[in-house]
Amino acid sequence: MKPPAFEYLAPASLDEAVAALADDEAKVLAGGQSLVPMLNFRLLAPSLLVDINRIPGLDYIEDNGAGGLRVGALTRHYSLETSELVLQRFPILNAAMRYVAHLAIRNRGTIGGSLCHGDPAAELPGLMLLLDAKMKTTQRTIAAADFYQGALETALADDEILTEIQLPALADETGWGFEEFARRSGDFALTAVGATVGEGAARIVVIGAHDTPLRLTAAEALFPDIDAVVAAAQAEVSPNDDLHASADYRRHLVGVLTRRALAAAI
Amino acid sequence: MIKVTVNGVTFEREVEPRLSLADFLRHELGLTGTHVGCEQGVCGACTIILNGDSVRACLCFAVQADGCEIETVEGLGTVDNMDPLQQSFQAHHALQCGFCTPGMLMTGVDLLRKYPLATDAEIREGLSGNLCRCTGYEHVVQAIRAVVEANNGG
Repeated sequence: MKPPAFEYLAPASLDEAVAALADDEAKVLAGGQSLVPMLNFRLLAPSLLVDINRIPGLDYIEDNGAGGLRVGALTRHYSLETSELVLQRFPILNAAMRYVAHLAIRNRGTIGGSLCHGDPAAELPGLMLLLDAKMKTTQRTIAAADFYQGALETALADDEILTEIQLPALADETGWGFEEFARRSGDFALTAVGATVGEGAARIVVIGAHDTPLRLTAAEALFPDIDAVVAAAQAEVSPNDDLHASADYRRHLVGVLTRRALAAAI
Repeated sequence: MIKVTVNGVTFEREVEPRLSLADFLRHELGLTGTHVGCEQGVCGACTIILNGDSVRACLCFAVQADGCEIETVEGLGTVDNMDPLQQSFQAHHALQCGFCTPGMLMTGVDLLRKYPLATDAEIREGLSGNLCRCTGYEHVVQAIRAVVEANNGG
């Protein structure tokens, strides 16, 4: 359970970090809460770790001046969990942070790291899809809807670093619900559903029941007929069978949690 | 070469990049109070305080701690002069084999500082990342509850 040997670099600027990533066996090290276990299991054997923790100016939660927020990629989960700005602007994000791992992980793990790792059962990738976030990188800006391409697979190039997450304002009076089911507190979700309801329309995202976080557009179109929404949601997901739960059970949870999330959001 | 301050003492050491902070504390500095269980961030036995926040020492490389302040269970108290949380663990029989105890204590220190811990449910939630294979959780919750009450003047 020790990682394979690697070279280590802690650059002081993004330019230096990007240059180091030209080595195609290099990986970015942010909070390390997903990467280090993968190294220890030897699922990855990078030749170089580019530690971005020493790069200044990547850890912030700021008002974007238009009712939304800009969040630096190196912002720790604990900062998101305890941010007054997040609570005011995106209470659903505040509520969802309670489900993210444990304090010692939240102290160290970063929003950018979680988003780039892209675990389909993690809360933040699903929340970014639900909230229509944009991912600003060292090269371009990518919509959350285009960011996830498969399990643990994102649109990022090998030498591209996520720098900022841009959250557009929610419409006034937007209701929300976030419902998660996990076997133990802090575990990855077996399934979770986030929903927002505003201006007569619903937006629904499910995590843990598909290869990627999934927006349920077919189900959304049937709102406000809740029974129809729930049936469509269950038809839209393709959950996996694994050690923790069967596909049928996860599909069942999608129905139950969609109903609860919408009830909270309406 | 890295320079770290552990429990108020500064050390300088040459380290290999892949050396975990937990192994560094144990093997390089001889501070074996920090225990290594799962080496994948699940069990919480290696929890330490890094620059004021609890972290898993198995999920951090020693090289990343250059310039940092670290607190381990050895810095919490001594046999003759225990921290109030350690005293409460003793009073409530909050350990059996003791393997998970350093992680439980360091987690407890950070929980007590960051959360009101108004209910037992909140304490259990806070401890959910620390596994005890003796399943002695009930007494750990009681020990932390007693410290919360003492801190609240009760």
